[in-house]
Amino acid sequence: MRPLTPEETKAVFEKLSKYIGDNVKLLIDRSDGVYCFRLHNDRIYYVSEKIMKLAAHISRDHLISMGTCFGKFTKTKKFRLHITALDFLAPYCQHKIWLKSSAEQQFLYGHHVTKSGLGRITENTGKYQGVVVYSMSDLPLGFGVAAKATADCRHADPMNIVAFHQADIGEYIRAEDTLT
Amino acid sequence: DEKESDTEDSQPAGFTDDNAAWLKPSGTAPKRKLPLDDDESDDENDDDQEGDDDDDSDASSGEEESGSEEEGEGGDSDEEMGIEKKSKKLEKKQKKMLAEADKDMKLNMQETEKFVLPSGQEIEKEKSQPPDLQIIQSRIRDVIHVLSEFKTRREEGRDRSHYTDQLKRDLCTYYSYNEFMIEKMLNIFPIGEIVEVLEANEVNRPVTIRTNTLKTRRRDLAQALISRGVNLDPIGKWSKVGLVVYSSSIPLGATPEYLGGHYLLQGASSLLPVMTLAPQEGERILDMASAPGGKTSHIAAIMKNTGMVLANDANKDRTKAIVGNLHRLGITNTVVCSEDGRNLPNVMKGFDRVLLDAPCSGTGILSKDPEAKTRKDAQDIQRVTHLQKELIVAAIDCLDASSKTGGYLVYSTCSILPEENESVVNYILKKRHVKVVPTGLDFGEEGFVNYRENRYHPSLKLTRRYYPHTHNMDGFFVAKIKKLSNDIPGQEKKKKKEKS
Repeated sequence: MRPLTPEETKAVFEKLSKYIGDNVKLLIDRSDGVYCFRLHNDRIYYVSEKIMKLAAHISRDHLISMGTCFGKFTKTKKFRLHITALDFLAPYCQHKIWLKSSAEQQFLYGHHVTKSGLGRITENTGKYQGVVVYSMSDLPLGFGVAAKATADCRHADPMNIVAFHQADIGEYIRAEDTLT
Repeated sequence: DEKESDTEDSQPAGFTDDNAAWLKPSGTAPKRKLPLDDDESDDENDDDQEGDDDDDSDASSGEEESGSEEEGEGGDSDEEMGIEKKSKKLEKKQKKMLAEADKDMKLNMQETEKFVLPSGQEIEKEKSQPPDLQIIQSRIRDVIHVLSEFKTRREEGRDRSHYTDQLKRDLCTYYSYNEFMIEKMLNIFPIGEIVEVLEANEVNRPVTIRTNTLKTRRRDLAQALISRGVNLDPIGKWSKVGLVVYSSSIPLGATPEYLGGHYLLQGASSLLPVMTLAPQEGERILDMASAPGGKTSHIAAIMKNTGMVLANDANKDRTKAIVGNLHRLGITNTVVCSEDGRNLPNVMKGFDRVLLDAPCSGTGILSKDPEAKTRKDAQDIQRVTHLQKELIVAAIDCLDASSKTGGYLVYSTCSILPEENESVVNYILKKRHVKVVPTGLDFGEEGFVNYRENRYHPSLKLTRRYYPHTHNMDGFFVAKIKKLSNDIPGQEKKKKKEKS
């Protein structure tokens, strides 16, 4: 476990700001304690400092996880955001998409969102903007990237893709092994 | 009726119509006197007729009595007494008849009911043939019937041990256990209950889920699931987060609510050790054998993500399940590690509470793992109990006795064998400065203080046992232990020696 280098920190914050914009600083300056990011086995963990200090006693081989894992660095040093970060992205994110009930299952299986499944979308969503996907009952289902800006979505065909899938909560069952 | 009796009295000689040949008037029969005159003579008549057991004569005497009742309506009190006496006589007679008939039936039953044990030859023959389950089932019932009242129902020349051996053999074949397991079961449960216990182990317990209080409330979750087509109910007054599922049209492990971390599939008995532990906010908790993370997440949910939980499991592959579950349920205050539990005191000490849900033989969850019925033997149990004793010592050493809010260890297993439960708790009472405290659970059987040749510390009464056939949850054992001092009994003497 070690703190992040400046390059790694930059990569992580860039990725995060795609979804939550400037609210990234809210993740660091929290009212209920000091939180920090730490790197362990190529994964980024978001923990409070108190817990991090206690976890430091455990040897590297035996430590499996601490706090919340946000994602991991690939072999080519790119940062990939995991579904486990959803709880922290959802409250702060600025652009959201709501899915109709019929399209929920499709998204949870890992498919992209088509116009026919689109219920609502926040105004002023730019093209290729990071979005969080919700169900009609306001349950966060995952996140993705908008394929079209809000204005374009209105003119699109029913079969056109409006949002690319990046991560969904169905992965907890489908891809349990890759979470750690 | 008055007319009838009058006409009968006035025609004693015979009937004047065509039926005279075969119809005899009642006047020729011994006359019955009026009730006013002679109650005693009526009694005599009744007594005479008792020997007859003739329905006809009874019916006619009944008719005659009703007729005479109507005739003598003039004088009240005497006649009522007479009538009452008559009806009482009738009742007595009927009762006596019934009693005799009963006795006859019982005599017959007893003669045919005497159960005969199969002889040695018959047993050999049975072993070579495929078992006939109907015969075995009825024989099990018969043997238990005999054993419950041994003196009266035994066969001559057969010992109690013959019957119990036959019962063990039959139970092994019928419920597919090995001899070792059946013996253990018979040691714990009385013969009258054993069939209930074994039947309960054949059936699965109902599916239960626990609401994740960090993300939702039980009421809201129940509503959401019911609208998806799940039939459920709150689990009982003893838990505020449990729901029992009767039937569901959709897979419970794949609903959006499950994926969103609103609930977790967990056995009802797994709620008990965490309720006993009662973690407070801001404490430091250790869960020594936490995979797949159901109890760990429950602890973290009760603490509302404050404090710190260390979840350990010796098996590295199973820790992946813990991580998955914790992230899904939105828990942020937990560290997961994979150490050997016996080595944990060297890694970190000073915890406020420790939960040890020890690896066990699984004799309480036979409904989930039928192979355990035939696989377990004495060596397995010994190995497991040795490990449990080592783990509980390590758990106590990780505790901080001077903790302001805690100093508690909860030891639980999903097994009903006293060797793994009461014996282990008794062992730690001798090895460290600890004491057993009440669990705070208001239902469940008390732990054993005397078990066969063992005599345990009397405070073992405060532990709790749960059985599938009485509580409809998996077999379970829970004990709450408080650490009294950080000193270790053997090493105190060393310190004193060094000082002196």
